[in-house]
Amino acid sequence: MTAVIDTDRLSRRYGDVHAVDDVSISVAEHGIVGLLGRNGAGKTTLMQLLTGQDFPTGGTATVFGERPLENARVLSNVCFVKESQRYPDEFKGRHALKAASLCFPDWDAAFAAELVEEFRVPVDRPIKKMSRGQQSAVGVIVGLASRAPLTFFDEPYLGLDAVARQLFYDRLLADYAEHPRTVVLSTHLIDEVANLLEHVIVIDDGRIVIDEPADELRERGATVIGPAERVEAFVAGREVLHRERLGGTASATIAGRLTPEDRAAARADGLELAPVSLQQLVVRTTGGPALGTETDA
Amino acid sequence: MIEDGKPIFVQIAERIEDDIVDGALPDGGQAPSTNEIAAFYRINPATAGKGVNRLVDDGILVKRRGIGMFVADGARERLLARRRASFVADFVAPLLSEADALGIGPDEVAALIRESRKDTTP
Repeated sequence: MTAVIDTDRLSRRYGDVHAVDDVSISVAEHGIVGLLGRNGAGKTTLMQLLTGQDFPTGGTATVFGERPLENARVLSNVCFVKESQRYPDEFKGRHALKAASLCFPDWDAAFAAELVEEFRVPVDRPIKKMSRGQQSAVGVIVGLASRAPLTFFDEPYLGLDAVARQLFYDRLLADYAEHPRTVVLSTHLIDEVANLLEHVIVIDDGRIVIDEPADELRERGATVIGPAERVEAFVAGREVLHRERLGGTASATIAGRLTPEDRAAARADGLELAPVSLQQLVVRTTGGPALGTETDA
Repeated sequence: MIEDGKPIFVQIAERIEDDIVDGALPDGGQAPSTNEIAAFYRINPATAGKGVNRLVDDGILVKRRGIGMFVADGARERLLARRRASFVADFVAPLLSEADALGIGPDEVAALIRESRKDTTP
């Protein structure tokens, strides 16, 4: 498959801060990719480098086979929906949609109008006066209706309620099925999007720590629960992401994949095995409790 | 509906197999399209396609170009045979190991099965 995004040791430093550090990734055409990580991990900087909005301090970024910086051939195929998109002061909702229709060759005005209805966006109101959720909905509509061959959604749903977020996921899936393209979804709400993703990239401290097909990630990781000394014996020699203890009972989350023999051995040993969700795996891998809400079983 | 710890495409294939085994999808019947599956389970269409293709490779579904996916002739029989073959490992062995731990002998297990069978069949 053709790579839409290719980076080679891409780096962006701000003084001493390595916002993006030696990142080499390749994203294939047609797919929904999750770009996950904690706040300040480098997600937005990476997307800015890929959309020509920032200059690398090292390495290269290639998008559709070319450098994205000031390159109209690349950028007319790219839509970047930002977390807190700013608009000119007097812009009304319909102005933003009109502007987007002029920028994107594949813009679908009928689809945009449908989404405006569904998200209940007051398009005749100045964007400044809209609620946070309505402003986010404008961005989501631009991202979907642009049908850009490469679309970035950077935390697109600040202020969107659960109903509107579900609507976004449903419309994204349905439209993606009819008009395959490459979508990069950056979010904290990992549990909500886990099933939509084909590929997962996790960035931590500017570095890529996971770059794997979602299906392979799902088979990885397990939490082993049981008497502490038997848990320890079972996880010896494996990569342990997290340990917890309650009296004589211990639970350990391991990163690797368990073979059917491993599972049988654990059961025979009286140990309980629980699956690890994508969110738990990301939380454990990026090593802190500050990311999203934990859903420990 | 979708569980953690198992690839989604495997779960999709198993769901379709379940429908074939319990007769909801008869031999020759049309299976749902990947886009229908994707929308229903809220999963990526490519993942749904991977699940369907697994059944095609397995000869459980057949592709009719431009029309869709259909249940192959004899698919149900083959799935039943396969599930019977793994019945002992999947169900009987764990039952006996738990019975063993509780000190319930094989004869007693058999008696318990006959008894609960009586309770559930009218």
